[in-house]
Amino acid sequence: MSNHKINVTVNGEVEVVEVPANMTLLRMLREKLALTGTKNGCSAGECGACTVILNGEPVNSCMVLAVECDGASVMTIEGLSKDGQLHALQQAVIDQGAVQCGFCTPGVLMSAYALLQRNAKPTDEEIREALVGNLCRCTGYNRIVEAVKQAADQPETVAA
Amino acid sequence: MANKEAQREKIPNPIGVSVPRIDAREKVTGAAIYADDIQYGPGLLYARIKRSPHPHALIKSIDCSKAKALPGVKAVVTGDDFPGYIGLYLQDRYIFCRDRVRYVGDPVAGVAAISEEIAEQAVELINVEYEVLEPVLNPEFGAGPDAAIIHPKLGEYVVANFIFPEPGSNISNHFRIRKGDVEGAWKDCAAIVEKRYQIPHVQHVPIEPHIAVAKVDENGKVTLWGSSQSPFAQRNLIASALGKSQSDVEVIAPFVGGGFGSKAGVSMESLAVAIATRVKGRPVKLRLTREEEFYTAFVRQGLIAYFKMGCDKDGRLLAMENRFYWDGGAYTEYSVNITRAAGYSSSGPYDVPNVKADSYCVYTNHPVTGPMRGFGMPEMHSGLEQCIDDLAHEIGIDPVQFRLLNCVRTGDTIVTGMKMHPTGLSECIEKVAKAIQWGEKAPPSAPNKRRGKGIAIMWKAPAMPPNAGSSAWVEMNEDGTATVGVGGQELGQGTFTVMAQMAAGALGIPYEDVRVARPVDTDYSPYEWQTVASRLTWSMGNAVVNAAKDARRQILEMVAQSWDENPDDLDIVNGVVISYKSEEAVPLKNLVIYGLPKPNDQGWIGGPVVGRGKFMPTYVTGLDPQTGQGPRAVVHYTTGAEAVELEVDIETGKVEVIRGVAAFDVGKAINPDMVKAQVEGGFVQGLSTAFFESLILKDGVLQNPSFVDYRIATSADAPKDIQAIIVEVAQDDGPYGARGVGEHPLVPTIPAIGNAIYDAIGVRVGAPPFSAEKVYLAMVDAGIIA
Ligand code: FES
Ligand code: FES
Repeated sequence: MSNHKINVTVNGEVEVVEVPANMTLLRMLREKLALTGTKNGCSAGECGACTVILNGEPVNSCMVLAVECDGASVMTIEGLSKDGQLHALQQAVIDQGAVQCGFCTPGVLMSAYALLQRNAKPTDEEIREALVGNLCRCTGYNRIVEAVKQAADQPETVAA
Repeated sequence: MANKEAQREKIPNPIGVSVPRIDAREKVTGAAIYADDIQYGPGLLYARIKRSPHPHALIKSIDCSKAKALPGVKAVVTGDDFPGYIGLYLQDRYIFCRDRVRYVGDPVAGVAAISEEIAEQAVELINVEYEVLEPVLNPEFGAGPDAAIIHPKLGEYVVANFIFPEPGSNISNHFRIRKGDVEGAWKDCAAIVEKRYQIPHVQHVPIEPHIAVAKVDENGKVTLWGSSQSPFAQRNLIASALGKSQSDVEVIAPFVGGGFGSKAGVSMESLAVAIATRVKGRPVKLRLTREEEFYTAFVRQGLIAYFKMGCDKDGRLLAMENRFYWDGGAYTEYSVNITRAAGYSSSGPYDVPNVKADSYCVYTNHPVTGPMRGFGMPEMHSGLEQCIDDLAHEIGIDPVQFRLLNCVRTGDTIVTGMKMHPTGLSECIEKVAKAIQWGEKAPPSAPNKRRGKGIAIMWKAPAMPPNAGSSAWVEMNEDGTATVGVGGQELGQGTFTVMAQMAAGALGIPYEDVRVARPVDTDYSPYEWQTVASRLTWSMGNAVVNAAKDARRQILEMVAQSWDENPDDLDIVNGVVISYKSEEAVPLKNLVIYGLPKPNDQGWIGGPVVGRGKFMPTYVTGLDPQTGQGPRAVVHYTTGAEAVELEVDIETGKVEVIRGVAAFDVGKAINPDMVKAQVEGGFVQGLSTAFFESLILKDGVLQNPSFVDYRIATSADAPKDIQAIIVEVAQDDGPYGARGVGEHPLVPTIPAIGNAIYDAIGVRVGAPPFSAEKVYLAMVDAGIIA
């Protein structure tokens, strides 16, 4: 398998990574950059645990090849809080009790972040729609929806 | 002073306070470590498993020569390498199959290689010859004399003394209840209902798939990292299977990304360990793909159940006769005890004078069944609670009234002959009925919709050996904080938070000053049987409270000696030792490690404070094998009720749950908000099994091993209005009165929905999942729509 050297900006840092042609973005993040906050729940694009922001859009990183990310900008859960300051969405998930096992949580937060970027005041339906690809087996979802609403009510969320 | 002690003892802060989860921050930042997140270093090898394509076959030969020759392959193992049996209650499993395969996915050989890809290629190169046998695909048939025998050596297996296999058949456990005179009671009944119900297999589908990483060093010491609900049970079973000392097996268990029972006991972990024994010094990682997870991780057993129940003209239940055929799958080492639990709870939460029940655990050539949230209760209650509704209608009594009339109450002699402890079941029923506005019918939202309400109630006891134990330590740190050691596991249910609250409360320090030591590591953590059965809040909670009290006693004795006072006059409040007598005060800081100086430089007293505590129930008795009767079958029952309001679209059959209400008697809610979160999550999981979930098995082969074809509830499916109500009737031996509630919320959901559908359209849909198609066809069959 041939290796490719790519330049990719991850959470604001430029990284130069050697990746095999068949390596997914998910594996690159976890295995090459030790960014293990992004989770692998199915490797098939069906659970959303691996959601990251690629050039501003939420994607299932298990369905993207790392080589396709040459020159791209990626944001992962590790990039959501700044200088130890939690993002409003993270704080809202804590406040609403919207995390249990936590395995879906990084992906959920990335999808919610992308939603608030494009829609600062989403309705209940829009939130549920945006999270439909993020399976959670623990919470029953309503607290996650409430958390997104709480974060959306805070003006600084979108700027972050 | 005893008074003060008693007062403090009542309910110290922060017991009953909804503090934020102790693990929330690391989980929302991606910092929380799960087993696959640990860096195992460049020596790491990857394992893949050769699995049976047949549901039932004899192994004629296995040729591994080509696989062994593939560059990058470090080890290839088969069943001949590991002759020992393994299993929790019934040792009916080899680590790798030896003579016979019993389900599609049964492990036949294992490979370790330098990459996952090479391991995968090597597996393809292993050649296995089979002689295909007739599979057993139905538990009722499987229990009979005409079925092929799946475990010819059943009579030789090591088995717990409360499990009763029937060698020569496929019945791996037969639990009986014979209480009163059922035959004689039928003639006194004014109404009798007889029904058959069926429940399909479903799976836990934790979002984190199973993973195990094993290493065996030159001394033979085994280290196992895994996503595990049961580090100590794994240590024990793996040590026994490999002929090792428990102290030579170390299980390290970081956060679990969802368990729901599937990561209890031992399953795929033994494969990783077995392979690792052949590549000394190198860690071997086995991570199930999602597809493999569907095929080979534990599933919840299917059930065929027959109910017969009758009541007198006033609606009083007189008799029940129930028969359960559990589709136990290929191995039932764990699930034999599920069928026992269903047997000893087979009356449901009702006071019934005459009960006859037979609960059969039956081997089939289906996936391996194991514990799943509810441990037999969701399956059993699904039919039972719909039957109860039918009986109420038959005798002409409102279903809520019928349940209030018959539900089990404090002091009743329950189905096993045990006296019922204080329980708030009737309060739960009243509260959900009120919250759902029972008896009031709102108009449907559209002309093509029909609206209905339904209720179901439940009970469930922790199912475990009679003497399952817990232990804990509480170690003080220089700055006055405390670190709690436990062997129970954080699966998302919030146990670390609750343990920190209990330690803080019992010790007298702020919640923020407590840490919980992790990962759980059997070399360092205190013993805990398993994280199952909703038993931790109660059992491990008792151990933690005892450990915190032990630390507190050590501190108070030290300070009392220093102040020349009586420890009874001292207290610890908010991290400060105070005297009610002399009004002296000193913070815990430093003194809990360095002790205190004696007056006049005459030396020191005290020293590092470590409290220890344990808990083990000592009062559970055996049951008579013929009658299932005995003084105390279980430690306690958590009880509760759920009600739903829904609409059925009669043009499409689609059902929408408008709201759900749930009330559970948790004894004492240590963290009320987390209890509610647990109830909501369980309700939605129950709803998911009611509407979507079923493992479709055709001739023993799973047809839907992916999230696309095995659908679980999404954010769009969860009803927006779910109300959780907490009822608190204290548990006499629970910490601050608490008992568990982890599993219970999903137990009554299917029948509550089934009863509401019946209320809406007057039709019983049959077996779940209640898909739109099934509901539609049921309406057509009933002549409601053309
Ligand atoms: S791991 Fe990528 S969608 Fe499931
Ligand atoms: S919190 Fe466990 S899967 Fe969402």
